[in-house]
Amino acid sequence: MENSVTLAIDGQSITVAEGTTLRAACDVAHHTVPTLCWHENLTPANACRACVVEVKGSRTLVASCSRIAENGMEVQTGSERVMNARKVVAELLLSTSDSNLAPDLIALAQNSGAQADRFAGGATWAQPALEDNNLYVRDLSKCILCYRCVEACGDDAQNTFAIAVAGRGFNAHIDAGFGRDLPESDCVYCGNCVAVCPTGALIGKKEWDLRQTGQWDESQITQTETICSFCGVGCELNLHVMDNQIIKVTSPMDHPVTHGMLCVKGRYGYEFAQSEEQS
Amino acid sequence: MGLTTVFGSGAGTSSYDDFHHTAFILLVGSNAAEAHPIIFHHIMKGVHNGAELVVVDPRKTLTTKRAHEHLQIAVGSDIALLNAMAHVIIRDGLYRTDFIDRATEGFAAFAESVKAWTPERASVPTGISAERIESLARRYAKAPTAMIGWTLGITEHHNAVDNVLALINLSLLCGNVGRPGAGLNPLRGQNNVQGGGDMGALPGRLPGFQDVLDPEVRSKFEAAWGVPISAEPGWDQTQMFEAIENDKLRGLYIIGENPIQSEANAEHMRHLFNKLDALVVQDIFLTATGEMADVVLPANVSFAESDGTYTNSERRVQRVRAARKAPGQAQDDLWVVASLAQAMGHPWPVQGAEAVFDEMRKLTTNYRGMTYERLEQAQGMQWPVPYEGHPGSKVLHDRLWEATVEKKAPFIPVDWSPPSEMPTPEFPLLLTTGRRLAFFNTGVQSNVYDHPHKIGEWMEMHRDDAKPLGIRDGETVAVVSRRGRVEVPVHYSDAVMPGTVFMTLHFPEHVMTNNLTIDATDPKSGTAEFKAAAVRIERL
Repeated sequence: MENSVTLAIDGQSITVAEGTTLRAACDVAHHTVPTLCWHENLTPANACRACVVEVKGSRTLVASCSRIAENGMEVQTGSERVMNARKVVAELLLSTSDSNLAPDLIALAQNSGAQADRFAGGATWAQPALEDNNLYVRDLSKCILCYRCVEACGDDAQNTFAIAVAGRGFNAHIDAGFGRDLPESDCVYCGNCVAVCPTGALIGKKEWDLRQTGQWDESQITQTETICSFCGVGCELNLHVMDNQIIKVTSPMDHPVTHGMLCVKGRYGYEFAQSEEQS
Repeated sequence: MGLTTVFGSGAGTSSYDDFHHTAFILLVGSNAAEAHPIIFHHIMKGVHNGAELVVVDPRKTLTTKRAHEHLQIAVGSDIALLNAMAHVIIRDGLYRTDFIDRATEGFAAFAESVKAWTPERASVPTGISAERIESLARRYAKAPTAMIGWTLGITEHHNAVDNVLALINLSLLCGNVGRPGAGLNPLRGQNNVQGGGDMGALPGRLPGFQDVLDPEVRSKFEAAWGVPISAEPGWDQTQMFEAIENDKLRGLYIIGENPIQSEANAEHMRHLFNKLDALVVQDIFLTATGEMADVVLPANVSFAESDGTYTNSERRVQRVRAARKAPGQAQDDLWVVASLAQAMGHPWPVQGAEAVFDEMRKLTTNYRGMTYERLEQAQGMQWPVPYEGHPGSKVLHDRLWEATVEKKAPFIPVDWSPPSEMPTPEFPLLLTTGRRLAFFNTGVQSNVYDHPHKIGEWMEMHRDDAKPLGIRDGETVAVVSRRGRVEVPVHYSDAVMPGTVFMTLHFPEHVMTNNLTIDATDPKSGTAEFKAAAVRIERL
């Protein structure tokens, strides 16, 4: 294969195209590494360290989501050092964040044998949820600062650049600029940040309300793929319907038109379709 | 219309993907970031990959904010700019002789027609300096690939088709059509404008853009449908309105449109509709048009309760699927139309959407290779798909790059004329209209959800226009045109140039902007000049 590199993953020789990340190469070898901040349609942010692997000759563990595979690399995905790092990553995140709606974090914790309460009792992100508009809620108690929302709002999709990480250490948080409420910020409510959030820190208002009152029931929700009724772009919508009511709209991450991203009308402008029951 | 004239089919020639891999993107009269946000994602992918983005728009918008260059052109002067660009490209020998010789015709006459359009001359109506016009022309011509995108800023003018032809001429000069990363792309304003055209909802066309004047086409459809088909093209919307005025058209059946609020010169529209003997309106809401109807068919079925297909701006035919049950005894549009035909004594069967699709694809080559199953597997397919097994067409008109081109693309010279109404001492400002990101058309769909920025309509006005009149920021004023008067709050804005004011059509219950707009229409397309009406502002 021209323009290819060959490396060893857990002793297995693998040949991949030049430019392939170690994470993708591990997938090819069926030695998939866990991820939290990595997302198929976003630039790797190297934030969470869940995907670290050991590369022979490297002093530190490397983030496989962004490290490019090289000829002759010897990669360990399950060494003691790697397993220990994953476990501590999970334990630290669990000690600070509310992981109720974070399936990937819960899986990481279970698979790495993390003790959820190992670092309990210290500082946490706990804080009141920000309900400053009727389209989506920011519950920063659940935020793990993975940067996905920042990238989706920025040059990976929306190019609005309404949010960024502000502050240091335990003051670090996703901010819409000078601590403003969203309606006063540059936010255009596309909800693409909500679509990529892995922990439920960003959540549609309707889902938030239904969960607060205990009415959100996954087993009662059907999903139907259809096309948006607004402009002529033709975005695929996945309508999540419960009790004959649309309660959430997403789009498939692999769709050639949307790549999982929508605008405010497509994601939140559906109420007209069911307004007959409300009048 | 312009695309059909030159290339034989009225559709965008590229795929959204082509924006990712092009050297140059020219948007004219398009605020994609607000009107087509997800196409704008594709455009910005191209920009991040190194493409230059130039936006021509009378307003500063979220789109112009991301452009390398924004040409803030005077409303309605696009042809002057485009002809001057062609002038520079020809004068400096930057055109692609090989492509022009092989794939086009009429170059000499076109070159002659733009000879007088020097950049200096064009700078007067456009308000753009000759240097900037020259520079843009050279950059467009020298780019190895270039995409042009446009929206209603091009087509909502009295010379809409000429505007489109001017863009096509530019692309033909540089061979920027029919190959990857190079094309002509109208960004469609409504979700199934393209599909409606595909299905023959055009006065002179049968499904698949097949010409009703062609006897062979007619006999094919006559054989399939068992009825004679008139060789006479129908009326477009403007012609229908004229026919109402002249008492030649007495009854109207409207499906899913709200012309009383969406058409220009709304008071006149109301007058026309009052003249009708019979008005039937089929819609999911009792719209303002529905309120005037003799019969309302409550087709209470929205997109979320419908089955079928939509076609998007890259010719991708995609499945629409019902996600919820319609209320009460509401039926879908297919059922209503077929039942109506039955009541009128025609034995139309009530068919499902797939059966109708299968019949249509037998009759049109563009769709022939599509099945519902294939559409599902491929996440939609881009026409033409002439046979089953065909993968669909990412780029249209690649035939222009074959060694021998049978049907050449003609240059069609166009000349510029100013908007039908220009400012006068009595009406010193030009009102232009458009969309805001969170809302849509007359608001039937978008005014139901609870958007934080929903504060009703307002008018963007430059402070240099407002202050001499003593108008404060936020003050409600009267806007008067030759056709009507509305009251609307003013917000000082740097988005518009002095001399131009901007409003939308999104909140007709609050501000009936279309009482002001002019129903001067393009004789070729029937589109009204929503983008330019002379107005004056009065303090209350």
